[in-house]
Amino acid sequence: MSTLADGKTTAAHDGLAALESGRSTAETFGIPLAVLAEVTHRCPLQCPYCSNPVELDRAGSELTTEEWKKVLSELAEIGVLQIHFSGGEPTARKDLVELVRHASDVGLYSNLITSAVLLNREKLAALADAGLCHVQISFQGNEPVVADRVAGFKGAHAKKIEVAKWTRELDLPLTVNAVMHRQNLFQLPDIIQMAVDLDADRLEVANVQYYGWALKNRAALMPTLEQIEEASRIVEEAQMRLKGTLAIDYVVPDYYALRPKKCMGGWGRQFFNISPAGKILPCHAAETITGLEFESVRSNHSIAWIWQNSEAFNRYRGTGWMPEPCKSCEFKEVDFGGCRCQAFALTGDAGNTDPACTLSPLHEKIFKLAEAEAAGDNNRFIYRNFAGGTPETDGDHGT
Amino acid sequence: MAASRNISVSETSRPKLPRHTRLKFDETRQVWVILAPERVLAPDEIAVEVLQLCDGVRSVADMVDQLAAKYLADRGAIATDVIVMLQDLADKGFLTEARESTS
Repeated sequence: MSTLADGKTTAAHDGLAALESGRSTAETFGIPLAVLAEVTHRCPLQCPYCSNPVELDRAGSELTTEEWKKVLSELAEIGVLQIHFSGGEPTARKDLVELVRHASDVGLYSNLITSAVLLNREKLAALADAGLCHVQISFQGNEPVVADRVAGFKGAHAKKIEVAKWTRELDLPLTVNAVMHRQNLFQLPDIIQMAVDLDADRLEVANVQYYGWALKNRAALMPTLEQIEEASRIVEEAQMRLKGTLAIDYVVPDYYALRPKKCMGGWGRQFFNISPAGKILPCHAAETITGLEFESVRSNHSIAWIWQNSEAFNRYRGTGWMPEPCKSCEFKEVDFGGCRCQAFALTGDAGNTDPACTLSPLHEKIFKLAEAEAAGDNNRFIYRNFAGGTPETDGDHGT
Repeated sequence: MAASRNISVSETSRPKLPRHTRLKFDETRQVWVILAPERVLAPDEIAVEVLQLCDGVRSVADMVDQLAAKYLADRGAIATDVIVMLQDLADKGFLTEARESTS
């Protein structure tokens, strides 16, 4: 589920500009083209950079099959075109085939964002028969020693390889999602080759973004500047070499950027996700911001009403909420002040300039801290789980 | 396997949309869209007309004949435009080729 941890998925909709032309996106916020459905927070993996909130939704609070089907119908009706089934691990839900079939029936293009470890060939074939259009599998490395340790799940890597092969055998397009950090960046050339060998159409080289679980694990994950520069070179070379064979999307960790990322394409501008319990959120990490009330699909309001009118969506929409230095910044319509969740996590106020920006008064301090962490030797993870996290011990090696 | 992605469009090609790509009329926005992994494209009217002919059975030559007859236009000019457009879509992964029949 790291795809959206970087806010890049939404930015990749190059058709959006065409669809939105003729009206000002600063004034009007049309219904998003794609929505992320986090159907559960349950997941057998324990990746220390998980993009789910640290406070996970319990199984008992998840929307029912009928509730999700109603949501899917409503999304199609208001103009959403694509649905990403994500989590947690979406295949942990026994009704996933039924939900995918329903998405197809109402005309939604469906994408499965999966860790793959719970899939077997029959289940994948059933999903394909139900109309699934695309599969994205996360990889934690290019071989089991690193990958299974990061995932906190023995045998995960071998299973992912197997499922990736079935995906192509079933003629489904495959995206390999590789989440990168200090402890696996050395494998990047091999990961690119792995994606080619698996006959993937796309590879996402997504550097960890640091909020939620990843922020807890920042000292163990933060890459050095040298690593990032090397990775950028490797990706650039591979993009040229593999043109027409493998498309590579690359996301730099914004701690090492001069300007913050255009997170989610701007708060409430072109994306929302639905949490397992049915909350409509401007991004998957938005619940980390305390003091914002998010409306649920279980409320009396329609999804379109929540998108257009709810206080949480309107709080940081547009540019009117911005303080200095954003307010008078020439880039305010370019990056929209960066990431609200990161601003909250690092400054305590989601309305501040994202400290990833060099113009933030806190940038220097945070960058120096990250640099010190990257140079440090704390390599132990805190694994993601419903208990609030478990520190890695000497005995843990993907068990 | 990956070879299907590097197709070279010519008059004998029989292009079609790959399984993971859908051409659909978006009722909400009143435009045609191409849906693909992580992407939504808005093709123009001419592209839509050509794409609707890409069924994996018709050859590019057939399409060009059909379009030239319909628009009473110069066949050579249409052929050039259609091939350039299809090649561009193919390079972006929105078009594939029907498997060669070995007869």
